[in-house]
Amino acid sequence: MKHLIDIKDFSVEEINDLIKVAKNIIKSPDKYSHKCDGKILATLFFEPSTRTRLSFESAMLRLGGNVLGFSEASSSSVSKGESVADTIHVVGGYSDVIAMRHPKEGAPFVASVKSSVPIINAGDGGHNHPTQTLTDLLTISQEKGRLDNLTIGLCGDLKFGRTVHSLINAMLRYKNIKFVLISPDELKLPEYMIKVLESSGVEYIETNDIEEYMGDLDILYMTRVQKERFFNEQDYIRLKDYYILNLDKLKNAKKDLCIMHPLPRVNEISTDVDDDPRAAYFRQAEYGVYIRMALIMYMLGVK
Amino acid sequence: MNIDSIKNGYVLDHIKAGKAMEIYEQLNLANLDCQVALITNAKSKKMGRKDIIKIDRLIDIDLDKLGFIDPNITVDVVKEEKLIEKKKIDLPEKIVNVAKCKNPRCITSVEKDLDQIFVLTDKENQIYRCHYCETSLKD
Repeated sequence: MKHLIDIKDFSVEEINDLIKVAKNIIKSPDKYSHKCDGKILATLFFEPSTRTRLSFESAMLRLGGNVLGFSEASSSSVSKGESVADTIHVVGGYSDVIAMRHPKEGAPFVASVKSSVPIINAGDGGHNHPTQTLTDLLTISQEKGRLDNLTIGLCGDLKFGRTVHSLINAMLRYKNIKFVLISPDELKLPEYMIKVLESSGVEYIETNDIEEYMGDLDILYMTRVQKERFFNEQDYIRLKDYYILNLDKLKNAKKDLCIMHPLPRVNEISTDVDDDPRAAYFRQAEYGVYIRMALIMYMLGVK
Repeated sequence: MNIDSIKNGYVLDHIKAGKAMEIYEQLNLANLDCQVALITNAKSKKMGRKDIIKIDRLIDIDLDKLGFIDPNITVDVVKEEKLIEKKKIDLPEKIVNVAKCKNPRCITSVEKDLDQIFVLTDKENQIYRCHYCETSLKD
């Protein structure tokens, strides 16, 4: 049985197939509206993430399926002390596929070992969030028309930002990718990820100036500095507004730059950028539903 | 200093000085009722100082645990007072219930009955990562 715990669980071919199906869904959504009739998706959110949960639920409902689940641990049997393994054992009997979010890293993997139905990791702490990466790949493919020959700027929290680590791992599998890593010194890409870049032979530059290489970028991926990743509030307050992207900072950017953000944003992109055609982040959120539709079909073996 | 030679058992040699007690505990040698000699800070031409453990019984030794603690240890197998084999140990690919994940956000910190599993991801730098959350043991 196939699970999606880490983006590396899927081959490039599998990912390309999902993107192809998602693009077909965008073109002809009506053809897909009964693909999952009679199927049930369980969304088990052991920590709240309204956006991701609604995206999964919208995806399943648009396929004609049904959804059940909980949106936080306090409204589930976990609050009574039930283990992840037991919860999954039970819910496997109630549903055909499970999307699971959990604050503890590795929890979806534990679930996948015990589950009788496919598990989709909908985010585990600061670890993996593969459907965000799939969303990002569909966005790049849809906006740029390709997944190779790209210079990608990653900006903000590159230390704790799991979306950034997953996106790097995913993009390394495509040809002629260059990375510009933009972060304050305290939030630089961790050493082990630098080693991943170096062993792959990919070109990369580190800088703390968002404007320095702006003119070279095809993609600018902004991230939020997340409060929950810090143990020390002072550090968070000092770093949270380090980068604020506005139209002025984009003056040297390419005309076809694609600005992405996994959302929610706080201050890191000024609202004056929203109306610029290069701002792709709201379209990106919508693409998330289409790629999740393609993924749910794939996990259920629906053609 | 004289220590009885062993009849059937093991000599764990070339242990990094100071590591013998850790091995003694990890291999549960305190539970044996045979003779066990623990020698620390012995002189060594190769290492300067080293530790040695002699076990006077052919017990099952977890070589993965030993390899994880110190891959340079040699294991001499003695039968009828003769050295019959020098086992070479290596860094194990996977260790189970030897070390505990220090990441407070790891599922192993809350879920009961989970084995603590670490996988060797970088042999050159001896980096082991948690099987669940991928946190390095050295972080």
